[in-house]
Amino acid sequence: MVVRVTEAPFDLGREAQALSHGRTDVGAVVTFSGICRDEAGALNALTLECYVEMAEAELLRLEAEARSRWPLTGVTIIHRHGRIVPGEDIMMVAVASAHRAAAFEAAMFLMDYLKTRAPFWKSEELSDGARSWVAAKAEDDAAAARW
Amino acid sequence: MITIKYFAWVRERIGKAEEALELPAGVITVADLAQHLAGLGDEYAYAFENPGIVRAALDKRHVSPDTAIANSREVAFFPPMTGG
Repeated sequence: MVVRVTEAPFDLGREAQALSHGRTDVGAVVTFSGICRDEAGALNALTLECYVEMAEAELLRLEAEARSRWPLTGVTIIHRHGRIVPGEDIMMVAVASAHRAAAFEAAMFLMDYLKTRAPFWKSEELSDGARSWVAAKAEDDAAAARW
Repeated sequence: MITIKYFAWVRERIGKAEEALELPAGVITVADLAQHLAGLGDEYAYAFENPGIVRAALDKRHVSPDTAIANSREVAFFPPMTGG
């Protein structure tokens, strides 16, 4: 199990491979990565503010909750903070299990919960120089509530 | 003394990231504290102008506004989260 809150980039492929490396009981690995997009040229960068100590604690709680609900062989959650430009990874979740259903469901659960519970806040740096905080979406709350 | 941390636009509106405060008598819950802070000046009033929006954590755990602060060491106020 890996939970990492960091400013540094990560290697999605290597992190995913580590979940099955050297073992023979893993039948499925599902990965999700969130990537900074440029909003058709309007966005120069995102800056993610983070309550680091709480983020680590909260991601560990989410990871434990996922393990209690599905038979998982491994979970990796990495979330960056600081300034991130379009094309760069913001965060990733990778979930390993013997079978795909548990891995898919747990990955979706983790993302839905992370969106509404992990203490990160995005601010946008627009190409016209403006800066603004990204507003939370009601559909994220709805997505988390279904679990 | 309790440590109070502010994040994102709550931090920007108040103009500081952190402060320590002696809890006044009568401040029992997180909502009580938010209401007390809102009375400390225009910048606080602005940050807490819509108390239903600002979220809170006690000792790094999400809590609802009616949660008693009790012996918590740290309270944090912040907008709805936008990670992922």
